Amino acid sequence: MRRFSWFNATSLTIGFAFLYLPMLILVIYSFNESKLVTVWAGFSTKWYGELFRNEAFLDAAYVTLRVAIFSSLLATVLGTMAAYVLVRAGRFPGRTLFSGMIYAPLVMPEVITGLSLLLLFISLGLDRGVLTIVLAHTTFSMCFVSVVVSARLASFDQSLEEAALDLGCTPFEAFRLVTLPVIAPAVISGWLLAFTLSLDDLVIASFTSGPSATTLPIKIWSSIRLGVSPEINALSTILIAIVATGVISASLISKRAAMQRDLDSKT
Amino acid sequence: MKLRRLTLIGIPYFWLLALFLIPFGIVLKISLSDIALAIPPYTPTLDISGGWQAVRDFLSELDFENFEFLTTDDLYWKAYLSSLKIAAISTLLALLLGFPMAYGMAKAREDWRPTLMMLVILPFWTSFLIRVYAWVGILSTEGYLNQFLMGIGIIGDPLVILNTSTAVYIGIVYTYLPFMILPIYATLERLDESLIEAAEDLGCSRISAFWLVTVPLSKYGVIAGCFLVFIPVIGEFVIPALLGGSKTLMIGKVLWEEFFSNRDWPVASAVAIILLLVLIFPIVLFQRNEQKQREAEQ
Amino acid sequence: MNQDTSGKEFAPWNDASEKPLITFKNVTKKFGEFVAISDLNLDIYAREFFALLGPSGCGKTTLMRMLAGFEAPTSGVIELAGQDIAAIPPNKREVNMMFQSYALFPHLNIWDNIAFGLRREKMPKDQMEARVEEMLRLTKMEKFARRKPHQVSGGQRQRVALARSLAKAPKLLLLDEPLGALDAKLRQDTQFELMDIQESTGTTFVIVTHDQEEAMTVASRVAVMDHGKLVQVDTPDVIYETPNSVYVADFIGDVNIIEGTAEANGDSVALTWTEGQPALIGSANQPIAKGASAAMAIRPEKIAISSEKPTDRTNVLQGKVLDIAYLGNISTYHVQLDNGTVIKAQIANTRRIARRNFTWEDPVWLSWTDTAGIVLAV
Repeated sequence: MRRFSWFNATSLTIGFAFLYLPMLILVIYSFNESKLVTVWAGFSTKWYGELFRNEAFLDAAYVTLRVAIFSSLLATVLGTMAAYVLVRAGRFPGRTLFSGMIYAPLVMPEVITGLSLLLLFISLGLDRGVLTIVLAHTTFSMCFVSVVVSARLASFDQSLEEAALDLGCTPFEAFRLVTLPVIAPAVISGWLLAFTLSLDDLVIASFTSGPSATTLPIKIWSSIRLGVSPEINALSTILIAIVATGVISASLISKRAAMQRDLDSKT
Repeated sequence: MKLRRLTLIGIPYFWLLALFLIPFGIVLKISLSDIALAIPPYTPTLDISGGWQAVRDFLSELDFENFEFLTTDDLYWKAYLSSLKIAAISTLLALLLGFPMAYGMAKAREDWRPTLMMLVILPFWTSFLIRVYAWVGILSTEGYLNQFLMGIGIIGDPLVILNTSTAVYIGIVYTYLPFMILPIYATLERLDESLIEAAEDLGCSRISAFWLVTVPLSKYGVIAGCFLVFIPVIGEFVIPALLGGSKTLMIGKVLWEEFFSNRDWPVASAVAIILLLVLIFPIVLFQRNEQKQREAEQ
Repeated sequence: MNQDTSGKEFAPWNDASEKPLITFKNVTKKFGEFVAISDLNLDIYAREFFALLGPSGCGKTTLMRMLAGFEAPTSGVIELAGQDIAAIPPNKREVNMMFQSYALFPHLNIWDNIAFGLRREKMPKDQMEARVEEMLRLTKMEKFARRKPHQVSGGQRQRVALARSLAKAPKLLLLDEPLGALDAKLRQDTQFELMDIQESTGTTFVIVTHDQEEAMTVASRVAVMDHGKLVQVDTPDVIYETPNSVYVADFIGDVNIIEGTAEANGDSVALTWTEGQPALIGSANQPIAKGASAAMAIRPEKIAISSEKPTDRTNVLQGKVLDIAYLGNISTYHVQLDNGTVIKAQIANTRRIARRNFTWEDPVWLSWTDTAGIVLAV
């Protein structure tokens, strides 16, 4: 019997209030009529209208989406390969360096990653734009993908692959028909993580983007440095709604899947 | 067989070498160069076509001047120290808030726990920038917090919080709290309730059972949580830039300004190198903690 | 206990004209410095149910994985039907394996798991369906074909794994601790099912197990392994009755080991083992030098226990009852001799327990015949 006291209830209430109140306020005030964001002047959705008429924001959103899609797909492929190498390839020359390069970007301050990539692109004479941001985002998010996927691979029963070989698969078929379907949930969450990291990134994108490609976080950054604006509140609300819908539906799906499994195993 | 293995290892290896290790070498090289009014704005630049002599000339012009410069100007070491201090204090604050939450979650009814867990993770998926930005509206002099406090008559004049270190602490604790809660929750959730019952059976009060059993057994989670907050906060840029004032010194912000405002690439690179050296120690400690935890679980 | 149906005994290993299905020739396998298999020679014949028995780490699993193709021998040759299989990758071998963890694909239902190997060899659809149905019938899993592996019980999963590995009609089926995950009762039933299936399909089975009872029950021949070497390869009854070493005697079943010095005595061997006691007489299946240190292995059920000194037996010892373990069908008596040695003797409980003859501290006589004990070199 677990004990749940008033102390626990209070700390959870305070904690979650701290986590959620700021976002709640942001959402509420995005529907504020007034231009002065801190004064409530009645309900309105006009800032959403303003937002969708703002070409600069729409352009930035388009750039961000393109960058996120390309970099997350690349990062998923590379990260899954890297995870496979880490867990399965055994010993090879330079393995320590390899795993170091996988884990280092996770703790590397973004300012350093951004700076170093920028200096690389300049010395290569590469024009900064969508391509350079995609390269930069792929590099750091592939490391996150490989950590997520290698955790799943490590607990993956290797005899499943051996069974596939034993039943006549080539090694590639064994990966495609057995390993990949089994680790798919981890690959998908790695991909989602890479996608979100790319959507979210300000610092690395600031270093590696050029005048031709402004991402949404860069655009948001330059306007909030000037203070609170109702358009940004509206934009934030939309982003929060997207994330909340995604996360809640994902957890509902996994909960239903777990319940289904329970039911199945009882019959 | 060999070729397939080579491709599998080679592709991610080459990618990381080209886009992680080599850029890093470039930062190291530029940190040893001098600033110049040129494109790129530093000297010397290496011209491979000049042959071996050019490489030797190039190497002879590299020096530690930028690092010496960092020691002569107060700004830099103060920024390093202040980053460490801010990181340490906000880690402590996050622990004070995060531990009771993790504990409460672990003691909550089993069917609530996934939901509580999701509530902790949800902010993590939400834009970092937006979460920091939310506090600008709350903490400014005419913000919601001051309106509320003056409305209920606790204070007469608005508090100045935005653009101070207090705002930076709030911002850091707010954005990094999930990193503190999750590892602590993971260890507490696995903790066998019968251990507490055994302690009480052997004469502990509830509180002494907590201190003698729960706390030591959640040690690894607490240490992991602290490092997961401490390490990234040292290099933090967005929070001090948005919530802190001109007096809030953090090394990430200094690097950014050195690069974008002063366009002094060699000094910015030197700052980056020192920042990494500062980070190595906590990272090694963190790894050792993870290692010990794995051993303890076996 | 063996697969004899025709009345003629199934013993191809005694027939010089039989060609073995599998041959190991001087096979050695090293992992770095560790020698897992050391210069091993072994023949396994078609239609055999062959058990590899030994403690964990003895090399039995390595031997099996070399047959499946997951490990290559460091030196030596493995032949399947006269052909060296070193160059053949696992997916091209006519050998299938049933994994200890069953390794059922969790994302495929039972039907698709069984069909997996048939699909790889591009079998025509109607033929494949017929084969899968046949396998489902063989393992009595028809009703569960559409379920996922996690939706059936452990025993059913075991049967699916068996069906999947048999579906391709391999020349050789390898079973890695196939019953290890089942509870004792289910394991016994499954052992007999396995024997039926082996017999009806005519497939050669090689089973790896650490459970000596399981090996004795199912196998036509048992190979007892230790530290990468074969210690004894023989039929279960020979291994039990005439072990060739103390290791085998001790590993298979319950045994008393009495150490001493050997002395030839006609057809049998006398063992001097302690002062003030007559030498023990037993048989030996290999010559033992006079004065060599040796040990007598004597099974507890071959020792009689009585209150009067028996006159018709060669080996007679006196002691007192130290402990009685009542196991239902039998009771094991631990009898302490005057010099402190404890000997186990078993008696079948054909009478009700209340009328038991002996109790704790009773003085008793232990006796056995001159052929019951085996004298082994140490």
